[in-house]
Formats: sequence, C-alpha cells, structure tokens
Amino acid sequence: MSPLDVTDLGYEPDRDPLLQVSELTVEYATARGSALAVDRVSFTLRRGEFLGIVGESGCGKSTLLFGIAQLLSAPAGITGGSAVFKGRNLVGLTERQLQSVRWSQISVVMQSAMNALNPVKTIGAQFRDVLRAHHYAADHAARSREVMELVGVDPVHLNSYPHQLSGGMRQRSMIAMALLFSPDLIIMDEPTSALDVVAQRSLMVQIKELQRELGFAIIFVTHDMSLVSHFSDRLIVMYGGQIAELGATRTVFDTPRHPYSAGLLDAFPSIRGPRLPLLGIPGTPPDLSDPPPGCRFAARCPQVMPACTESGPELYSVDQVLVRCLLHAPGQVSHQEVPA
Amino acid sequence: MRFLLRRLGFFVLTLWAALTINFAIPHLLPGSPVTAMMARYHGRLNGAALQAVESALGIDTHQSLFGQYLSYLKNCATFNFGTSVANFPTPVTTIVGTAIPWTLGLVGVTTVLAFLIGTAIGSIAAWKRGGKLDSVLPPLFVVGTGLPYFWVAIMLIMVFGEVNPWLPTAFGSDNTVTTGWNSDFIGSVLQHAILPAAAILVTSIGTWVLTMRNTMVTTLAEDYVRMARAKGLPGRRIMVDYAARNSILPNLTGFAMSLGFVVSGAVLVEYVFSYPGVGYQLVQAVDNEDFPVMQCLFLVITVAVLLSVLLADIITALLDPRTRSAR
Amino acid sequence: MTNLLRAIRHNGKAAAGLFILLLFLLMALVPGLIAPGDPARITPDTSLGISGQHILGTTAFGQDIWVQVVHGARPALLIAVVSGLFATVLSVLIGVSAAYLGGVWDDVLNLFTDVVLVIPTLPLVVVIAGYFAHHSISVMIIALVVTGWSYGARQLRSQALSLRNRDFLEAAKVRGERRSYIIVFELLPNMTSLIVANFLGAALYSILTASGLEFLGLGDVNTYDWGTMLYWAQNQSALQTGGYVWAAVPGLCIALLGTAFALLNNAFDEISNPALRPVRRLRVAA
Repeated sequence: MSPLDVTDLGYEPDRDPLLQVSELTVEYATARGSALAVDRVSFTLRRGEFLGIVGESGCGKSTLLFGIAQLLSAPAGITGGSAVFKGRNLVGLTERQLQSVRWSQISVVMQSAMNALNPVKTIGAQFRDVLRAHHYAADHAARSREVMELVGVDPVHLNSYPHQLSGGMRQRSMIAMALLFSPDLIIMDEPTSALDVVAQRSLMVQIKELQRELGFAIIFVTHDMSLVSHFSDRLIVMYGGQIAELGATRTVFDTPRHPYSAGLLDAFPSIRGPRLPLLGIPGTPPDLSDPPPGCRFAARCPQVMPACTESGPELYSVDQVLVRCLLHAPGQVSHQEVPA
Repeated sequence: MRFLLRRLGFFVLTLWAALTINFAIPHLLPGSPVTAMMARYHGRLNGAALQAVESALGIDTHQSLFGQYLSYLKNCATFNFGTSVANFPTPVTTIVGTAIPWTLGLVGVTTVLAFLIGTAIGSIAAWKRGGKLDSVLPPLFVVGTGLPYFWVAIMLIMVFGEVNPWLPTAFGSDNTVTTGWNSDFIGSVLQHAILPAAAILVTSIGTWVLTMRNTMVTTLAEDYVRMARAKGLPGRRIMVDYAARNSILPNLTGFAMSLGFVVSGAVLVEYVFSYPGVGYQLVQAVDNEDFPVMQCLFLVITVAVLLSVLLADIITALLDPRTRSAR
Repeated sequence: MTNLLRAIRHNGKAAAGLFILLLFLLMALVPGLIAPGDPARITPDTSLGISGQHILGTTAFGQDIWVQVVHGARPALLIAVVSGLFATVLSVLIGVSAAYLGGVWDDVLNLFTDVVLVIPTLPLVVVIAGYFAHHSISVMIIALVVTGWSYGARQLRSQALSLRNRDFLEAAKVRGERRSYIIVFELLPNMTSLIVANFLGAALYSILTASGLEFLGLGDVNTYDWGTMLYWAQNQSALQTGGYVWAAVPGLCIALLGTAFALLNNAFDEISNPALRPVRRLRVAA
C-alpha cells in the first residue's frame, strides 16, 4: 500500500478512529530467510481509548508496537499493511515527515527507564532536548516542572541523573516526559514489568487517572493479563504474531473464547476463591521463520481438532468479539464451552 | 570522588611496581648480568664513574639487597639518576631532559590527534551502518592494525624521502638552523615532524576507529537510542548526544589501556627517523650499554603512560556522572 | 564446530586472512622446495637488483633476498604461534580464575592484570634484552609472553563474568560437579571463539613486537628472520644506497602476516559477538 500524501486527508476527530491498523506485517531478515514477527494485524483505536495487548514473550506484541510507531531498525522491517494515524499512513513516511508526529502526537513509554533514559544526561536535559527539537513556544522550564508535578515527582529531580532516582520515580519521569506535548496517543511497552507489585499498581492507577484527565489514548503491551484487564477498555490477545482474540476487556476476561486466552487466564491464580492447581500451557511458541501450516496454536491446544493443522483459521466474529479459532468458525454447530 | 581516589591509588601502585621492576631486572636476571656488566665497565671506567653507575642502579656491594632497594627508591624520589656512562660525566637527567620535549611534541600530539580523529570516523561509520562507509573502511583499518610501526616509517622514508626527496627524513630539525624560538627553527621542526607523525598516525588510528565503531554499534542498539528516535530528535543530535557520548566512555578506558602499545611503536618510529626523543635515546643507550640512562628512560616512559592513564580516568569522571556518585 | 567453519567461510575478511596465513605456513613448512638455497650464504654478488637468477635481488652481503624471505617465514610463524599460545594460556588461566573465584581473588588478580597491562611493553622488553649481551629467541619469547597476556586476560574475564551466572553453570553446580570440571568442561567451551580471537591477537602482538626488537638489533642477529633482515638493511643504509627491495620486502611480509592475524582476529570477534556482524537489510514493501 503506497503512503498517502503528507497532508491530513479529511480526518474528523469525532467520526474517524484515531488509529487504524490494517494488515500490518513485520518481518525479520535472518540467515535462513525471513521470519514473520507480526502477521497481518488489524485493529482500530478510538480517541481516549485504553487498549491492552497481551501475549507471551516472542509473540510479536512489542514488535507490533514499534512497527506502528515506525521505530523498527534493521534487520526488522514492515513488509505490508498500513497504520493510519489521524488520516495519515505512517508506514513508508521518511524521518523528516514523521517529525511532526513524533512525540507531539504519539509518544512512547518503555519497559525499563534505566535503559530508556540516557545515563549521561539529567532528566531535565532530556526533557529540554525534545522541547527544543519541536520548537516548543512556551517556557521550557515551566512545562517540565508542570509534567513532573502531574506524575507526582518533585521537580527538583529535573537536575538529577537517571541512576540517582528510584525505579518508580524513574518510570514516572518517563511518563512525565511522554506527556510534554499532551499527545493524542501514548504507546507503552511493559512499563510496569520492572517494578514490584505495589509500585506496579500505584503506577497503573496514576496512568489511568492521567488518561481520564488529559484524554489521550493508550496502547499498553504486557504479558500480565490480570494487571491490564483492570484498566483497559479493550483487549487484544496475541499469539505467534497474529491476533488470537480481540474484544471488550470484560467480555474477553469473563468468557475467553480462544483456548490460548483461556489458558492465560487459568495460569493466574485468583487471590480469593478456592485453591486450584495451577495450569500452565505446555509446549513452546512456534518458530516464526518456519510457521506450521494451519493454526499456530494447534500443537499446544487442549481442544485441537484435525482441521486445525490443515488450514489457518481467520478471525471470526462471535458476540462482538473477534476470535481466530476454528471452534468459532461460522457453521460450527457444536462448540464446547470454554471454561472461564 | 571515590572513583578518582581509587584511580590515584592505582597510579601510585603501578608506579611503585615499575620502580621495583626497574630495580629488580638487573639484580634478578639469570646469569647475573650485573656482575657481567660491571666486569665490562671495569675496563672502561675509572673509580668515580663506576661509583656513579653503582649508585644510579642501586648497586652497593656493602648493602643487603633490600638496603640497595631502599637507597634506589630514595634516589629516584630525589631525581638522582646518576651520570651517563657513554657520555660521562653528563648527568642522566640532562640527557633525558632534552629528549622529553621532542617526544612530548611528536608522540603526545599525534596520539591524541589519532584518538580524536579515529573516534570521529568510528562513530560515523557505526551510524551509517550497512552503508558504503561501513563496508569499506573497517576492513581497511583492520589491515592497518596489522602493520608494523617501523615498516610504515621506512616506507614513508622511501617514498617521500628517497625516491622523491620532498620531506626530511632524519633528526628533529635542520642542524644548520639555530635553535630557539625563531620561525626558522620552528618551521624546520614542523617539517621534520611530518613524516614521523604520519607514521604514528597511520598505524595507530585503526585501533581507535575499530573500537569506537564496535562500541557505538552496541550502544545504538540500546533502548535510549530508540527513545531518542521516538522523540523525533534530529539525527546528528542522537549520534552525538546519545550514542557517541555514551560510547566514548569505554573507549577512553581502552585508550588508556593501549597507550603502552602505542608508545612502543613510537619508540621504533623515533629510532627510524633518528628523531631525538626519548625512544631514540633509549635505543642509543642500549647500544652503548649505558645502563643508567636506560633505566631512567624506562621510568620516564612508564610514568608518562601512567599519567596519561590517570588523565583519561579524570576525563571519564568528568563525562560520566555515574562515577561521581558514591558507590 | 561446523557452525564455526561455516561462519569463517561466509566472512570475507576471515577468508582473506586464512589464505595469507596458509601461504606463509607453506613457506614455513617447506622453504627448501619454494626457494632452494642457503639464506646465509655470502657471495660477492652484492646489492644486485631483480634478475632471473635472484628473483628479488641480493643484499649488501650478496645473499639472495628471495631465499631469505622464504626461509624467514618459519621463525616468524614459530615466534608468533608459540608466544601467542603461551600468552593465551596465561590469559585464560588468570582471566577465567579471576571471574570464577570472585571476591578478593578477583580484586587481586584484576589489579595485577591492570598493572602489567599499563606498563609499556617494548621499552620493558628492550631494557630486559639490553642487559643480556647475547640475545636468543627463547629470551625474546619469554619476554613476549610475560608482557602479552594482560589484554586478553581482561577480555576473557569480562566474558567469563557474564557467563558465570547463566543457568547451565548453575545446573552443573547443582549436579554436584567439581569447580575445576565446571570451568574446563562447561565454561570454557562457550568461550572458544573469544579464546581463539585472543590467541590471534596475542600472535599479532608477538610478531610485531618481536620484529621490532630484531629490527633494533636485540634479537638473534644470526638467524634470518624478517626483522633481522630489516636490521641489516638499516645497518647497511639500504634506503640511502638504493636497496629498496631489501628494505621493503621483509617488512611487507611482516605486514602481511600481521594483517592476516588482524583479519582473523576481527572475524572471531564478530563470531563471538553477533551484534558486530554485518546487518542484513530487509526488502521493505512501501
């Protein structure tokens, strides 16, 4: 798909989705050919929506995120599809064209602030350089202080180096930095994974509050399904580079339809309720350089059918949820009840 | 602060080690070279000169080995290195003193220049990874690291001095020109320095280019570089402020560590060009069996390297805020 | 092992380096076949240029340069390989022990390594050699080994440290294996490519320093090694008297051998650190 013209093509904030990803495909060049990391992923995101993407390591969720934000580097590359943000396809744009979108409209929060912040510059200096790069008109120092206070970090730490702050403070500083231009979309790649459980929750609560106050959309990638399900509006479950299930969080959480989603939920013990044996999902993720024919989850699926290894299922719509499973293919008369 | 104190401690420790090695070599080598050497001297020197050599090397047959060691240390601390054997009675400090400025000028300046230029080239090559620059230059520089210093010097003399007599190929300056701060002398000095400087530059620059490139490649894969891209920062700012500034730190350490090797090469270059620096004097001293001068020069070279290492450590402390915090 | 060989074949630099090395190896093994004659034989045909009878001309003493060059390969390779080997053994011993033993031992060994590393080697070796009236190759090799192990020790220690906490080592410990067993059979095999890179680096250092010493006249001036040839060339003012081939060719051989080691070293560096390998570019649809 060829990149659209640089000028906005009639984007109506109230009517059109903020972000529309269609058939996005990302591949890695390897010694033995190319590996498919993201396989024809499509979804939409509305203004102010909180979308969670969950999956195990290697399922392609981070790659998808960076693919949307055009932050991939060799040997990875987008080989198909589009990501239309406010009417403009980001795929194929040059760095210069992306300048107007980067940070001012889409910002990023990464997993480990210790790795994502430049160790030899102060926090304040790292705020300043992005403010300067985008020719921010108002007072830089005042704005920096403002965002720090928004996330609950004392602005005096603008003069500190990253290694001088605690993990939680560092993470919040990163979020503050992401808010500098009040962007429309913030993508977050496992921002709480490096924190302890208590800090995790308090950070999530704060993020949700900020979102309510400022109205930005969030795409939140994590492997921790139970954590994100408390805060997200919609949920995508990814497996083997493909969307396994997509729907409203409550629906997916309460009645997971894809056997993988069900397996993920079963792996997390409930803090209340009876003690049950923990069920894992046996087996390992598929080799993306040579994916198996048919459903990628077939080898590990407790409800596998002969048809599953022959042809890969498409996304089927069931009760406002999209599921990539033959159990829910139209015409499947009897499908077993998936335990919740 | 603690970082610097540790490095200062290292400096002192290594200095002591160098002094001890310097003392130990003549005394502990098999075949008792000391007695053999003294025997060779007996035919050539009179009593006073012999005494001078003995005290310079810390050889005093009346004292125990440890006693000799202590007086040797004392002598070094007071810069009492005795007199030269080959140029008796010139004090060693005079000979060494005149040689130091030449070496400082040539080797000092060229090494720093090679480091700076090499680092810059390495950063650019890493930044434009996969491009033409990166595929051609690194292999070229790898080849460069395999070239012997003195051979490059000889080749330069051959091409620029003999086959085409464009540049002077020996000595520090023209001996028809009067020494002093006049433009003729300075001009002559610079002219004579061109080929030796080129030899050192050509052979040492490869290492800096390669280590900087390799460090940068690792740094460019870091999250904070991706973050800088996400922020929409201009390319050059990312390369300099985020990538290079972080890559140069391990590079500085590497620079300090390989200084010993660079100095070794410089010694050979000086010898080939008969450039009147410390290295040239060292080889002359060895040829003339002028042991007091030999010992002192070795110390001078070692101290120079140690000081440079300390300087590199100080610069690292200035550039890397993590070293300044308490451990 | 097959992966290693495949990696070498794919790496252009390694292939070139290997080719040069094999050439010199051939010269070292059968010098008599390639260039029959006695390198030391003095004849009255002094300072001849290139001719049919003397492929590279003769020295100021009437010796055939081509014969000398070919016969010089053996001592050169010998010095490089023997010094390199011993220096690498020392590097592995000290570097890996420091990493594995940890604690006070690590600090002490580390300090020792750093001190030896910083002291400039050539001046030290020059001074050592200077005390001996008669110079031999074995003294030179000892001096090279004693000064050349420190850089490698540092590198190996780094890698051993990063491998130390990996699971497979923990598993071995849990199995009850002795520490020495773990180090030799579990840890070292994973460091092979870096150890080889170190050997090549040590060999490079040895050949360059050794020829430097010989050039200064501190080697055994009666052997016909490339460095010694250059010593004699300098001694007889070859450059000033037009003996360009005599002055250039031995040095060229040293440079080529050095380059071969440097290229292979670089290749093994890339093998042990995949991040340094050439990046593949994807054909992106747009």
